[in-house]
Formats: sequence, structure tokens, C-alpha cells
Amino acid sequence: MRNHYSAWSLLRGAIAGHRNWTAAWRDATPKPAYDVIVVGGGGHGLATAYYLAKNHRITNVAVIERGWIGGGNTGRNTTIVRSNYLYPASARLYDFSLKLYEKLSLELNFNIMLSQRGLVLLAHSRHDLDSMSRWTNALRMNGIDADLLTASQVAALLPGLDMSPRARIPVLGALTQPRAGTARHDAVAWGYARAASLLGVDIIQNCEVRGFALRDGRVVGVDTNLGPIRAERVAIAAAGHSSVLAELAGFRLPVTSYALQALVSEPLKPFLNTVVLSPGTGAYLSQSDKGELVIGAMLDLFPSYAQRGSFAITQSILAGVLVLFPAFSRLKMLRQWAGIVDVVQDSSPIIGRTPVPGLYINCGWGTGGFKGIPVGGWTLAHVLATGENHPLAEPFQLERFITGRLIDEAAASGIAH
Amino acid sequence: MMRIPCILCGERDESEFTCGGTAHLVRPPLEASDREWAEYLFFRDNPKGVHLERWRHSYGCGQWFNIERHSVTHEISSVYAVTEPPPR
Repeated sequence: MRNHYSAWSLLRGAIAGHRNWTAAWRDATPKPAYDVIVVGGGGHGLATAYYLAKNHRITNVAVIERGWIGGGNTGRNTTIVRSNYLYPASARLYDFSLKLYEKLSLELNFNIMLSQRGLVLLAHSRHDLDSMSRWTNALRMNGIDADLLTASQVAALLPGLDMSPRARIPVLGALTQPRAGTARHDAVAWGYARAASLLGVDIIQNCEVRGFALRDGRVVGVDTNLGPIRAERVAIAAAGHSSVLAELAGFRLPVTSYALQALVSEPLKPFLNTVVLSPGTGAYLSQSDKGELVIGAMLDLFPSYAQRGSFAITQSILAGVLVLFPAFSRLKMLRQWAGIVDVVQDSSPIIGRTPVPGLYINCGWGTGGFKGIPVGGWTLAHVLATGENHPLAEPFQLERFITGRLIDEAAASGIAH
Repeated sequence: MMRIPCILCGERDESEFTCGGTAHLVRPPLEASDREWAEYLFFRDNPKGVHLERWRHSYGCGQWFNIERHSVTHEISSVYAVTEPPPR
């Protein structure tokens, strides 16, 4: 039996010299066959396994991960959660996700450190203000909390922001979603892994898929470096590597992989108590509980599978941050990295069937996959278990690229594609 | 930072260029099916490896050209005019 985490168990641990803690999840070796195999041990894959076990009582499940769990984009994002998307279908999807996040620490018995500190999306022009008032109205019509802030409200909220008459880029106001915020990204992966493992799911690390086993065109398992594993239902949740896996299975996706980079500064005293996004400069930032500034950049706009990021973008994003917050000019950056994101032309995810029967996919989240982890797992588990699309995921099928029913969230995705 | 050899100006910094995506996509005939149009407009090989792609020297001479580039190492193995066939 694993430890149940509580104040009481912490106290008991303190008395016992903290020698009572066991590993949070079971590191498994593959069995010959499962009911479901999930390829990809990031947030989406682990959440899928958890909801398969929790919502659908399917516990004979393997999550197979090429590296270590949460080592891909789940550990590389800027930890922002929000649901300010324009269209009704997206609003429903992302707000369902945020609502699951709001209860996730209790549900998983794992503190994901959700901090609903709100986000502030800066308007740098009259046109920004106009589109933000339309956006705010759309959000409210869809039942999502949103408000417009005046320039003086923004100044009060963000004391470090350059609002002087000589500011290089003026700030005329902002859109805010008070329920948005940040969550500890590693904890989301670990929490889902622990909860899924407790329900009987096998989590297999260092297991790379090298091919899909097909019989009469149907998927019947995967071939890995640890040997073949059989299952009648297989799901892909591999973000930037979705196309690589799709090619192994013999089909193509409307996906292009790009590097999206982020940086972390040395720790500062508390300075910024909200998430700031500036579409005009391409920069977005928040301050972590440790005091570091977590800065996100725009895409390196050429196809890439290198988890590095180009210096040209690093430079332009830091210039953008300094234009907004001149006080950071002496700040040192500690780390810089990139994750490979799966961008589709309408910036909306794909959750459902693939052209190969028995093979399902959750991809296309592009630059915004972290916030979608709970709903991505929930809806993928639903289609795996029942064979029917979850109503929330119905508009987000691969077929929309053929029928033309695209859900273009290019603006709400926050990052220029 | 990549250094990209423009077909007219020679090697310059990556920030002078814009990537125009996959090269050699052929527009299907007008009577093409929805699926063929979707394949042309949206579906891509997106290889982890060598990729043939279009670039433009936007902040230089403005010329479009094609390059062969590795999507992991970013190494450029070939540069050729848009009218030329792929290198192999």
C-alpha cells in the first residue's frame, strides 16, 4: 500500500525520520498484452490512463514512455492554465479542463500547486482593445469569467510595467481571466502517474515504440525496444512526435513540429502576482513560487525537432520583456530550453480516431498542451473505452481538415503561428 | 542561430530569413476531391530528419529558394533554386 498524503502522514513521517515514504508509483516492466496501450508518458498519456481506470474501470493498461515520465513538454512548458478561448467548442473544452484542474489536488491526493492568480493579456493598440472587448463578450456568453481592465487598473496590478508617456510600447488596457493561473507541471505528471499506478496501470519508462503491429489493417499492438506488446486498442499522446508515430502506423497528420522556447531567471523577491501575456511583443511571464521569472517565447518559425530553440528568438523575447519591464535589465537568466510542439493549422487539438482502426490519437495542442491535460486525458479515455467520441471532443476530429469545419483559435492560442 | 546560405547573397544570419514551409507541394486540379485538397493544404510529412523546405531572404534580397535541412541538427545539406528539382 502506498502512502496516503496528508498533514497527518507528514507528521508521522517527521516522527519516523521520514524513512516511511515509498516510491510514488510502480516502475513496471511490460506484460505480453494489455487491454489498452497508451504511447507517451507525458501529462496527456498519464491522464488518459488514469481516467481509463477511474471513469471506465479499465485497469489493464500500459503507459509506455520513450524517456522518463513528464520529461517531454510536460516538464518544458510555462505552467500556465487558462480557458479564454474564443469559439464555443473550444471554450467548453478548455473550461472543462480548468474545472478539472481546480479539483485535481484533491482528486489525485497530490498537491499540484494550482495558483489561480489570474492572467492579464495586454492591449497595445486600439485594435487590440476592440478585439479584446469582442473576446470578453464571447467568453462571458460561454460562461467563462473574463473582464476588461483599463490602463490605470493594469498599472495598479503591475507596478513594474512601463506605463510612462515615453514607453516604447503603450499599454491601453487588458483582458483578464481571474480563474487562470499556474500549476506545478511536474506534479501534474507525477500526480496522475501515482493515481493511475495505484489503480493498477503499468507505467513503463525507457520503452520506445519502433512500429505498430497490424492485422487486416487493424492495430493489434506495438513493437518496442523491450519487445512486442499486444493490445486491441492503442492511443498516441506524443505531442511534437505525433507525426513520427503516425508515419510508423502508415498515415499522415496535419501537424508541423516547431520548437517553442522558455527561460527561467534567477529568483527575485515577490514582484509579479499574476500571469502577464503580451501578444504584441510575443512574450509572456509569471513568477514562480521560488521567485524565478518564468518567461515564454514565440515559436521558432521553422520545422524543428531540436529541443534547443534559436538564439534569435531568445534575444527578441528578452528585448520584449525589457520593453515592458525595464526594471529587469540586470536580471540573469539561469536556464533556457525548448519543447517540440505539434502545431496544426487551426491551433486546435485532435482527439479521437485515426485512419487505422483501433488506433486513437490526442495531438495538435501545439503551444497550449499543458492546460489541456485533464480534458485531453478525459476525452481520449472516453473514446478508447466506449468507441464513441466524448461530446466535448466531437468537434475536434481529424476529419475536420477534410470537411473544412476548422476551429481557428490562432488568436486565443496566444502565440503567433 | 542558423547561418543560411542565400542563393544570391551568400551566408547570412537566420533572422534575415522567413521559412515558407515544405517545398515541392503540387496543387491538385480543381476537380480534386475534398480529401486530396486536405492532403495538399494541411497534411504534411513533418519528418524528423532531412526536410526539403522553402525559405525567403525577407530582410535581404527578397529571393525565394529551397534548402535541404535536417530538422534535428538543423544542418543544411543543399541549397537550390525554386525551379530546380529536389537534390535526390
